[in-house]
Amino acid sequence: MNVFEEAATGEEISGPPSQADYLLDRSFRGLATVCAWFIIIVVGLLLWEIGAKAVPAIGEYHLGFLTGTTWDVNKHTFGILPEIWGTLYSSILALAIGGFFGVSMAIFLTQDFLPARIALVFRTIVDLLAAIPSVVYGFWGIFVVVPFIRPIADWLNAELGWLPFFGTTLSGPGMLPAALVLAIMILPTIAAVSQDALRQVPYRIKEAAFGLGATRWEAILKVMLPTASTGIFGALVLGFGRALGETMALAMLVGNSNQLSLSLFSPGNTLAALLALNFPEAGEREVPVLMYAALVLLLITLAVNMIGTAIMTLTSTQMRAGK
Amino acid sequence: MLGVVLNVVGLVPASAEEKLRLTGSGASFPFPLYSAWFKNFSREHKNANIDYQAKGSGAGVLDFINHTVDFAASDAAMKPEEIAKVQGGAVLLPMTAGEIVIAYNLPGNPKELKLPRDVYPDIFLGKITKWNDARIQNANPGLKLPDMPVTVVRRADSSGTTFVLTSHLSAISPNWKNGPGAGTTVNWPSSDKFVAAPKNDGVTATIKQTPGAIGYIEYAYAMGAKVAMADLQNKAGQFVRPSAESGAAALASAQLPENLIAWVLDPEGEQSYPIATFTWMLFYQQNAAPEKAKILREMVEYGLTEGQKLSVKMGYIPLPENVVSAVRAAAKKIQ
Repeated sequence: MNVFEEAATGEEISGPPSQADYLLDRSFRGLATVCAWFIIIVVGLLLWEIGAKAVPAIGEYHLGFLTGTTWDVNKHTFGILPEIWGTLYSSILALAIGGFFGVSMAIFLTQDFLPARIALVFRTIVDLLAAIPSVVYGFWGIFVVVPFIRPIADWLNAELGWLPFFGTTLSGPGMLPAALVLAIMILPTIAAVSQDALRQVPYRIKEAAFGLGATRWEAILKVMLPTASTGIFGALVLGFGRALGETMALAMLVGNSNQLSLSLFSPGNTLAALLALNFPEAGEREVPVLMYAALVLLLITLAVNMIGTAIMTLTSTQMRAGK
Repeated sequence: MLGVVLNVVGLVPASAEEKLRLTGSGASFPFPLYSAWFKNFSREHKNANIDYQAKGSGAGVLDFINHTVDFAASDAAMKPEEIAKVQGGAVLLPMTAGEIVIAYNLPGNPKELKLPRDVYPDIFLGKITKWNDARIQNANPGLKLPDMPVTVVRRADSSGTTFVLTSHLSAISPNWKNGPGAGTTVNWPSSDKFVAAPKNDGVTATIKQTPGAIGYIEYAYAMGAKVAMADLQNKAGQFVRPSAESGAAALASAQLPENLIAWVLDPEGEQSYPIATFTWMLFYQQNAAPEKAKILREMVEYGLTEGQKLSVKMGYIPLPENVVSAVRAAAKKIQ
């Protein structure tokens, strides 16, 4: 009894929220709602603006635009199949290379292979890769990567030229140098997000695996990776999204030639490079066509992200259900 | 989006006390020369400040028609229907000139490769695919040309450089005229031995890194980058090295009409280098303020006198005397 009286008379530690608290809470909630809606509105506006400007081209070229292979401003013939192919092909190649190295690096840096201090140094260096401007990557690709892979490419073409992947000789710029540089560019994203995912797996799970007699690699490959798979998959989707939209380095390295080829050494083209290189001097006739191409790129990116999110949700519910 | 923001900045009126701010936009080919001119000019004229953005010829013409700049520059001059759209009338003045060179990269770095006028269009058409092709070898008996594929490097972006080269090729080769034709971007032959790179520096870097490459770049750029340049056969049948003299000889043959738009697509004369062109500045006949018109006229005069001395040093071709006097007379129309 006495205790309650004391509590009531002294300085109140807890009590009903004051007017100011209500105000603060409501205005913060309001602000958060506005910010959330703002993002959706920006995406909507983007689609609306680009879509509206693309309407004349959509009306004129219909879906033939997606299957045409010629881009001739003078004759008003436009098609972006080689660009769609090049965008997806270069991104998938980059994802395969960058994903493998990125995830390996994340395992290496989080699974007690290195003393914590040295791991930090490695992590910082990988993160630094993200800070290098795209143009620098482009020049690095032209001056370092291309001369480096030329002898390998010539050998592969001479010995294994019957495989469609090595069917042409390397001219200089082409799919392979573009994909290699792209892989390095998406590496920091994949490595950083995968590391977070692996670090979020409770250490006890790994100890339990060891306790059951698992070796280090069994613990990593059969316990840690599957547990962190949702996060790692998210990292891959992010990296793929970044690869789809990368512009300047690709414009310098991919060769910008309307080729539809499986060959890794053939030049190609990507949607982002096409847009970046043609916009500055586009005339009245070309702008709607470029907007149409931009819309296609936007839809491809949205589709990739949505499919990625869908797969992630699906797998995480399955895991929670214990399947 | 960026363009809109920049235009808004350009529209801010200069107050009477402050410096008069003039903005221009357009061709990137004469940009190094123009920016040197404007820097020197602004130093001498304390009351004026000239900004120039190298957005490209096409963008410059659009800005000029939309009145978002005080002047513009274009390698492709302006089409008559574009001139008709300009409110307040347009004056086009050739201010400097340049050459397009054909640069190449061969093992052993042989100099003075000679390309006959029936051969280089066929290289760009993709009909000659090996360096030791008989037609190239016969023109260069002194050189041992390798059995190597010809990789053509072209501009990936729309550019005045491409326009000048393709116009010249259309003038000398019927196959080119009926095929890709002339334009700031054309539909190049489809081959995995044709690659494209952005801007002059991208093309130059790609040529330098690709054995067996051939491509076209501006003379001012090729000089700075020290790439090997081919001697081209001109209309008179002579093989001519690209230089300020051979470029000036080409321009001397130009007949300037009333509107000062002339192309030297296939110049006459023994010493003329075949691919040369003027580049134009675009002005309004009626300007918003008389002070602006006065500064613009002074700027033109500076470009015609001091500016021409700078142009040789920077790899451009000085204007012939008759062109200078014609431009000076036409500049009076800027009011």
